[in-house]
Amino acid sequence: MRKHASTLAILLAIVALFAVAMVLGTRQSTGDGETFIGTDSAATTHIEENHPGYTPWFQTIFEPSSGEVESGLFALQAALGAGALGFVLGTMRERRRQRRSAADDSSRPVSDPEPACDAAEPQSRG
Amino acid sequence: MHIAEGFLPPLHAAAWTAVAAPFVIHGTRAISRTIKEHPEATLLLGAAGAFTFVLSAIKLPSVTGSSSHPTGAGLGAVIFRPPVMAALGTIVLLFQALLLAHGGLTTLGANVFSMAVVGPWVGYAAFRLLGRAPFSIRIFAAMALANLATYVMTATQLALAFPGQNGFVGAWSAFLGIFAITQVPLAVIEGLVGVLIFKALRSWAGPELSALGVFSRRPDHAGTKVEEAIHA
Repeated sequence: MRKHASTLAILLAIVALFAVAMVLGTRQSTGDGETFIGTDSAATTHIEENHPGYTPWFQTIFEPSSGEVESGLFALQAALGAGALGFVLGTMRERRRQRRSAADDSSRPVSDPEPACDAAEPQSRG
Repeated sequence: MHIAEGFLPPLHAAAWTAVAAPFVIHGTRAISRTIKEHPEATLLLGAAGAFTFVLSAIKLPSVTGSSSHPTGAGLGAVIFRPPVMAALGTIVLLFQALLLAHGGLTTLGANVFSMAVVGPWVGYAAFRLLGRAPFSIRIFAAMALANLATYVMTATQLALAFPGQNGFVGAWSAFLGIFAITQVPLAVIEGLVGVLIFKALRSWAGPELSALGVFSRRPDHAGTKVEEAIHA
């Protein structure tokens, strides 16, 4: 239970930090158009303003045709990553569970809270 | 931390590419060695790669009124040591340069050096230096500092390329002003996310993590065979 409490506390802290950043950030932005511009494009703008003589000497090969397409591709990146991460975590959890039950079967009298893991792991697949 | 395509002068672009390349090559070798020595850790490797993939795609608003993204490079650096992240981070940055017009091929070397080399090494150093601190604190520091260091490095790279009238220091503080303060709350958030993810990994992949030497106090204890870790 205490384990879950600390997880919950961390989650709440993340949400709170996000909210505070959002509110303070909105107050900070000067109101000339867009708020929350990416720092990457802010740096590019800074270079363009302070070094008007500099012209980028290479262009991106493929550029998303609109902001919508771009955010879609970013969402795709996040989805691919999150999907893979979820799959991996799920697989590891299941593998852990199988090792546990295998260990329980083989050494019933031992009441080890952290059962020694996967000596029988490959066989337990069947 | 993505320096846009074409926004580093050719000489700088070439130099950073030359600097980053050996790290990436070494990192690719480190990955195949890790898979060979710890086949059971392949899933974890996938987790570390996927984690950077997600985090670097999410742009978060910050207190300065601009937004930026975490890097997620600290997690893999702590679990697999920094060289592995040099290779994984390059994959992420290449994906973003080719498909999202974020970063670029000419600036890939510089971006790899900040996000996939400096970030992971700073995070790993923090993790090791805090050897006696509680584990969650070490993870938090590693993740947050890997994130922050990446952006400090980007500011340094841009200041070297565009010193302007105020010289390197003036340009450096200007670029730090754009990147660093925005990044602080995001680094804290990334640190907290890292603590959560590590709790999950610890309870589901404890033996694999100990086999990789994550829990050993001294780095030279890393790399024991998984059997030893399990039967210890």
